[in-house]
Amino acid sequence: MLGNTMRLHTGPHGPSVAMNRFGLGARPGDGVDGPPPAWVLDHLATYRAKPPATATLERGEPLAARFLKAQREFRALRRERAPGSVGANPAAVLAEEAYAVQLRARIALALQEQASFGERLVHFWSNHFAVSADKPLLRALAGTLEFEAIRPHILGRFSELLLAVERHPAMLVYLDQARSIGPNSVLARQRSERRDNSVPGLNENLARELLELHTLGGGYSQTDVVELALALTGWAVGGIQPFRDRELGRATFHAEAHEPGERQCLRRRYPDGGEEQALAILHDLSVHPSTARHVALKLARHFVADEPTIALVERLAQAFLRTGGELMAVYRALVEAPEAWTSELAKFKSPWEWMISALRAVQLPQERFPVRRGLSDLGQPVWRPRSPAGWADQAQTWAAPYTLYVRVRLAEKMAEAVEVDDPRALAHGILPGVLSRRSASVVAEADRAAQGLALLLCAPEFLRR
Amino acid sequence: MLDRRDFLFSALAQGVVMLPHIALGRAKTDRRLVVIVLRGALDGLHVVVPYGEHAYHAARRQLAIGAGPDSGTIKLDGLFALHAALAHTAQLYARGDALFIHAVASSYRGRSHFDAQNILESGGALPYVRGDGWLARLLPLLRCGDGLVVTPSVPLLLRGTPDIATYVPSRSEPPSEDLLERVTTLYAEDEALRTRWRDHLKMRRMAGAAESGGRRLRQLARIVGYLLSLQNGPRVAVLESHGWDTHTNQVVRLERKLRNLDAAIAELELALGAHWPDSLVLVITEFGRTVAANGTGGTDHGTASALLMVGGALRGGKVVADWPGLSGAALHQGRDLMPTTDMHAVLISVLSEFFALDPGSIAREAFPDLPAGRSWDGLVRT
Repeated sequence: MLGNTMRLHTGPHGPSVAMNRFGLGARPGDGVDGPPPAWVLDHLATYRAKPPATATLERGEPLAARFLKAQREFRALRRERAPGSVGANPAAVLAEEAYAVQLRARIALALQEQASFGERLVHFWSNHFAVSADKPLLRALAGTLEFEAIRPHILGRFSELLLAVERHPAMLVYLDQARSIGPNSVLARQRSERRDNSVPGLNENLARELLELHTLGGGYSQTDVVELALALTGWAVGGIQPFRDRELGRATFHAEAHEPGERQCLRRRYPDGGEEQALAILHDLSVHPSTARHVALKLARHFVADEPTIALVERLAQAFLRTGGELMAVYRALVEAPEAWTSELAKFKSPWEWMISALRAVQLPQERFPVRRGLSDLGQPVWRPRSPAGWADQAQTWAAPYTLYVRVRLAEKMAEAVEVDDPRALAHGILPGVLSRRSASVVAEADRAAQGLALLLCAPEFLRR
Repeated sequence: MLDRRDFLFSALAQGVVMLPHIALGRAKTDRRLVVIVLRGALDGLHVVVPYGEHAYHAARRQLAIGAGPDSGTIKLDGLFALHAALAHTAQLYARGDALFIHAVASSYRGRSHFDAQNILESGGALPYVRGDGWLARLLPLLRCGDGLVVTPSVPLLLRGTPDIATYVPSRSEPPSEDLLERVTTLYAEDEALRTRWRDHLKMRRMAGAAESGGRRLRQLARIVGYLLSLQNGPRVAVLESHGWDTHTNQVVRLERKLRNLDAAIAELELALGAHWPDSLVLVITEFGRTVAANGTGGTDHGTASALLMVGGALRGGKVVADWPGLSGAALHQGRDLMPTTDMHAVLISVLSEFFALDPGSIAREAFPDLPAGRSWDGLVRT
C-alpha cells in the first residue's frame, strides 16, 4: 500500500492535494517540503488544542450561567412591566455577542494556521457532532462545544471525544437531554406524588442521534434507543427544568433523575447503577464495528470523495478497530491512502471551505471582509446547520446555480479588497500541478489584476479540492 | 528642497540671473488633480476619431463612425472628431477645458493587461520592478496632504505612501457583465459548472438584471469632486473604471460606457465647483486596441491609444498628436495604431506645468526609472 501512495503523491499535484485537500488552502508562498503525506501528518505534531485565539474565550458553563440568569431577570421584569416597555432581552444580546466572538476566533484560527490539517479535522468533527445555534442559548454555546469538547480530543481515542461531546452543556441542551428524566426515578416519583403536572418525562432525542449520527449510523432498534435514553437520564444542565434551582449552567449528573434498573442495549446487559451505566454503554458504542465503519465513511467522504470506495472505508474502519478507536491510526490510514492522492479534484468545496481557502489565498483578514454574511449568503452559516446531522458533505448540497453566482460575486468583492498585482503567479503558486490551461489563460487575459484574481477564485480548480 | 525665498537671496548674493520659467518652492496646492484609470484598454480610435484620416474607413470598416451631423461624432478639428456619447466633454472642449493627446502609449509593447497597467501606474521601465506608483512618489513634492482613494484597496498609482485617505461608500452591486461572460469561458470545459452557470445566466436574463457600473462611477465622481473641493480636503484623487476590454460588441458597449464616463466627468466638474479653473482630470489607459475589428464585433489588444484631459486649468480646445496615419505600412506590427508620443513624458510635462514644479524634479522623484523624454509647453494655464 505504501508503494501505491509513493507513486501517486509524487506527481506534480501532490503539494496541491496536501495544501488544499488536507489543509485549509494554500497561501501565497506556501510550499510542501518532503513527501506530501508526511508533511500533512506533521501538522498534527504542531496542532494546538488550546491556541491563544480560543484559550481566553469564556467557557460554556459560565456563559450558560450568565445567559440563564439574564433570561430569568428579563422574564421577571416583563411580567412586572407593561408590554413593550421592556426593551431588548439581555440574554439574547449576550448570546449574539458570544456567537460573534467565537466565530471570529474560529475564522482567525482558520486563516492563520500554517499547519492546517488539524483545523480541518476540528471542523470535520464539529460537523459530525453538530449542534445548531438556532435558539438563543445554543447561539451562545455552539462554539464552546467545538473549542472545549472537540479541539482537545481530536488526536486521542474516539471514546474520549464521544464522552466529552455528549456531556457538554451545548449537546445536552440541543438534544433535550437536559429535560429528560427517568419515569421511575426518584424525582419523577416525587413529582407525581405532588401531582406536579410539570413533570417532564423521558426524552429520546439525544439517545437516538447518538446511535444514528454520532456512533453506529444504523443497525439498532427502537428498544435500543429507549434503553440508551433511560441510561442517559440524570445528565442535565443546572438552571433548566427540572433542575431549575441547581447551579446555573453546570452540566452534571443528578442521581435523583436517573432511571433505576438494569439496561439492555445492543444485546448487552448493563447492571443497575448511576452515571457509570451510560458511560459503559458509550464506551461499547465507541469501539463497535458499525461505529468504526460509520466514522470511516464520514472521514472518507469528507476528504476523498462523495462516494468513497468500499475498500478505502474498510481500510479506515480496520485501523479504527485494530487500535480500539485511536484516531491517529485512522488519520494515518487516510493520509496514506492512495485514493486520497488522485489528481482528479473529486470534492466540491463547501462554502466554509471555499471562503476560508479564498481568504487564505489572497491574504484578506476578516476585519476587511464580511465573512459571516458571505457564509450566510452561501447557505452555510457557521454552527447553524439546522439539523443534528450537520451539513451534508456532498457536491449536490452546494453546487446550485444561484450559489455559484454568489461565489462569483463574493470573489469579485474579495479581489477588490486586496492588492494583488499578478494573479497569474498566485494561480500557479496555490494550485501547483492542478491549474488547467484554460483557467490559467482566462486569468491571464482578465482586463485587470482584480478581475484575474476574481476569476481565479471561481475557477473549477479552486471551487474543488 | 529650496524655498523660493532662500534661492532668491542666495542667487542675488551670487549675482545669478533668475530664469523666469524655473519654478522653485512650494507647488500650487490650491490645484486639484484627479486621475481616472480606465482598465481594460480603451479603444482611443473610437473615442477621438480620426475621421479626416484617408485610410480610416478602410482600416476600421464595420467599426468606423462617420463625421456628419447624424454620424455619432462631434467635430473637433479637421482630422479628429469626438464620439458623440461624450457630449458634455465636447462642450468642455469648445470652452478650452478639454485637451486630447493621440497616438500615445507607455513604453510597454506587450499585450498583457496586468503587465501594462503595472507600468502605467508604477512608472517603471519594466513590469513588476517597482512596487509603488508614480502618483504616490509625486505627493511629497506637492506637499498637499493625502491622496484620496474610493476603493477598499489602494490602486498601484498611489501605493507606497502612507498619506492615503480612503472613503468607500457602501455598495451592493451585482458583478459586471464582463466578469460574468468570462466566467462562462472559464467553465467551458467543466460540464457540471457549465450547465449550472448557464442556468443561472438564463434566470438573470429573465429577471432583467442590468449593469449598474455607470451609476457607481458617477457616484464616486461626485464624492471625489466634493471632497477635493473642501478647504481642508485632499487635493489628489484616483478613480478607476473597468470593463473597457471590448473584445466583443464594441460599438454598443462603448456607446454605453462613454456615456457613463461623460456623466462622471460632468459630476466632477459640478462638484469641484469654484475650483474647476484650478482642476485637472487625466483619463489614462494601459494600451489601445487593434485598428481592425476581430470576428466578434470587437477589437483585440493594441498599442497606442488616446489620453483625455479635462479641467479648467487646461489650455484646451485642441488635439495634440504626431499623427502616424492608419494605412497598412503605418501600423505598429501591421495591426495597431503606432505610438508616436510617450505617455509618461506627456504626464511629466503636464504635471509640471499644472503644479508649477520643475519637470526635472518630477522626472527624478516620480519617474526615476524612465529616460528623459520630450517635453511640451502650453498645455496648462500656469
